[in-house]
Amino acid sequence: MDLSLLLPLLVPAMPFAAFLILAIVPPIRRTGRGAGALSIAAIAVSFVAAVIVWHSGFIGEQTWGWIPADGGPIATVGVMVDPISNAMLVLVTLVSLLVQIYSLAYLGDERPGALGRYYTYQSLFVFSMLGLVLAPGFLQMFVFWELVGLCSYLLIGFWYDRPAAARAAVKAFWITKLGDLGFIIGIVLLWSATGTFEFSELFERAAANTLAVPGLAVIMFLIYLGAVGKSAQFPLHVWLPDAMEGPTPVSALIHAATMVTAGVFLVTRAEPLFALVPEVMAVIAWVGAFTALLAATMACVEGDIKRVLAYSTVSQLGYMMAAAGAGATPAGFLHLLTHGLFKALLFLAAGAVIHAVGTNDMFRMGGLFRAMPHTAIVFLIGTLALAGVPPLAGFYSKEAILGGVWEAHLTGPFLMLALTALLTAFYMFRAVFLTFFGRAHAGGHPHEAPWLMRGPLWLLAVLTVAAGIRLALSGAEAHEATPGWLPPFSVGLALFGFALALAMYQRGVIDPARVARALAPLDYLARRRYGLDALYAGLYRGFILGFSRLIGWIDRYFVDGILNALTALTLRAGDGLRRMQTGRAQDYVYGVAFGVLLLFVWAQLWRR
Amino acid sequence: MIGLSSYLVLAALVFSIGLFGVLTRRNAVGILLGIELMLNAVNINLVAFARFHGDLTGLIFTLFTIAITVVEVAVGLAIVIAIFRVRRTVDADRLDLLRG
Repeated sequence: MDLSLLLPLLVPAMPFAAFLILAIVPPIRRTGRGAGALSIAAIAVSFVAAVIVWHSGFIGEQTWGWIPADGGPIATVGVMVDPISNAMLVLVTLVSLLVQIYSLAYLGDERPGALGRYYTYQSLFVFSMLGLVLAPGFLQMFVFWELVGLCSYLLIGFWYDRPAAARAAVKAFWITKLGDLGFIIGIVLLWSATGTFEFSELFERAAANTLAVPGLAVIMFLIYLGAVGKSAQFPLHVWLPDAMEGPTPVSALIHAATMVTAGVFLVTRAEPLFALVPEVMAVIAWVGAFTALLAATMACVEGDIKRVLAYSTVSQLGYMMAAAGAGATPAGFLHLLTHGLFKALLFLAAGAVIHAVGTNDMFRMGGLFRAMPHTAIVFLIGTLALAGVPPLAGFYSKEAILGGVWEAHLTGPFLMLALTALLTAFYMFRAVFLTFFGRAHAGGHPHEAPWLMRGPLWLLAVLTVAAGIRLALSGAEAHEATPGWLPPFSVGLALFGFALALAMYQRGVIDPARVARALAPLDYLARRRYGLDALYAGLYRGFILGFSRLIGWIDRYFVDGILNALTALTLRAGDGLRRMQTGRAQDYVYGVAFGVLLLFVWAQLWRR
Repeated sequence: MIGLSSYLVLAALVFSIGLFGVLTRRNAVGILLGIELMLNAVNINLVAFARFHGDLTGLIFTLFTIAITVVEVAVGLAIVIAIFRVRRTVDADRLDLLRG
């Protein structure tokens, strides 16, 4: 094989080795911090390898046969290295590395066994995510897709003795499975139509216009369903806010920066295929924009700082999907990368706040700027980036998305996304003002987080700024297609949102309660999450439990009934036949004699 | 001249009487007697066929049968006595240890 592919292979191999060691050798796992150090060392090597791969701009593909068949293997495994996967490799390993270092302090109070378990799952997750990113075909992607889903489930339910966490883990698992069902059906349909899972072959045929598959739109829509579940698009977004029951570093890594972006990555990766079906692209754009707006409104009324960030993640994922649907895949992917940086930053900063205050409720925080200036400043940087203030990273990617959607003449989604940009600035600054400014509500003495947590925060903050500056320097020629009025427009939206939050939550010029009364129906709906959670719960209770009860009844009384009747019959028959055995020799002789007589009669009458 | 069929009918009658005895007698000794009758019916057949076919094999075979019959009765009676010693009865209806 090609030796230059060893480096990309090393990237997922290191966390996998760490996972194997931690999983197989319990004494190492039970050391807790030792397990953490091992996992961090592995991911650090991965990160260095990923940076080298990314820096060298290496492109290549290597596959090995997996499922053998007569005419060559049905499916292959391997690695596919191209600019998209290179960028993802760096993002995933970077955020994982920082999150794992941060976790050492954040979860320092856990029992060593639990901490070891945490790092085992973390290593498995990083391996799975890297395998997903490097997948050269749909099938391998699906396998790793499910693996990251499993890790998400395990890590959301890390505190499995909390009923809420256990419930949230199951909910996340099942709701994403709903989308995955479509994904695998789509993959298999595509395979039966084209005979291959490989991206490169599919893309070649798509480029040569020889991918004339009947019902390609349906197939691509089914594959898109997988992305809907994973990337928390409407109507399957309900699991992501609940996933915040997991530890905050998990939320930062899995439910903000990496796993939830797998859906966007899928659409980006399969972009040549999606480009063949404009109707599905339109659906992706509309659903993405709608998700962005819906989640943004819910974030505006949420009081839990992590849930605000969770809705914000849903909203930004909607942004990325809208960009992908509008054909502006590079813009969506750029937003994926920048969002990964600053959303991880925001989550980790929020984690530091929660660690210090001991509550998630923003209305019980306040005035924390004085107590924890480092955290406040990095949170502010993340907020500015998310709100889209130049020259931070979020501004350029968001502007590129808005420009792409505008260029695609999708006026409806464009308006929704613009409104979302306004709301984004509003709810993020609302969070900032409620948490770090105003009167202090928290009891006790909030303190700054230890350096083990502050280090990753600062690094992410610096990277957010650096990425923004780099984009500012290179962005001029890249986005010449966007109309000239767009940058001032989007900055204006962000500033308006900021001003609104300032007026409502800092200066007290506008009473939030009066605004809520003025928009009573919207407020009512947003606070109840538009009834979607209730709808799912109702569906679950009414439909699935009802169906299960029906099946249970059939099993108990019909299936078991048949078996019970059969056994009873056998017993009866045996009991009856038992009486034939009288134990008297004469009766047996009588039987033999009678049988011989019958044989004679038969021979005489029929056997002439 | 008495034909072969007459001998065969006689043998069949004796065999049937013996079988009836075996099936209906309650006394183990009676059952043994029934078996004797059935065996002798066979002997009649053998002798009759030997006579009418002019083949001495049947007669020789009959001698063997008679000897074996005697042995059989000896063994059978020994079993009956052994059963009587254990069960204090030779009533065939009560010898039903193998009843299901």
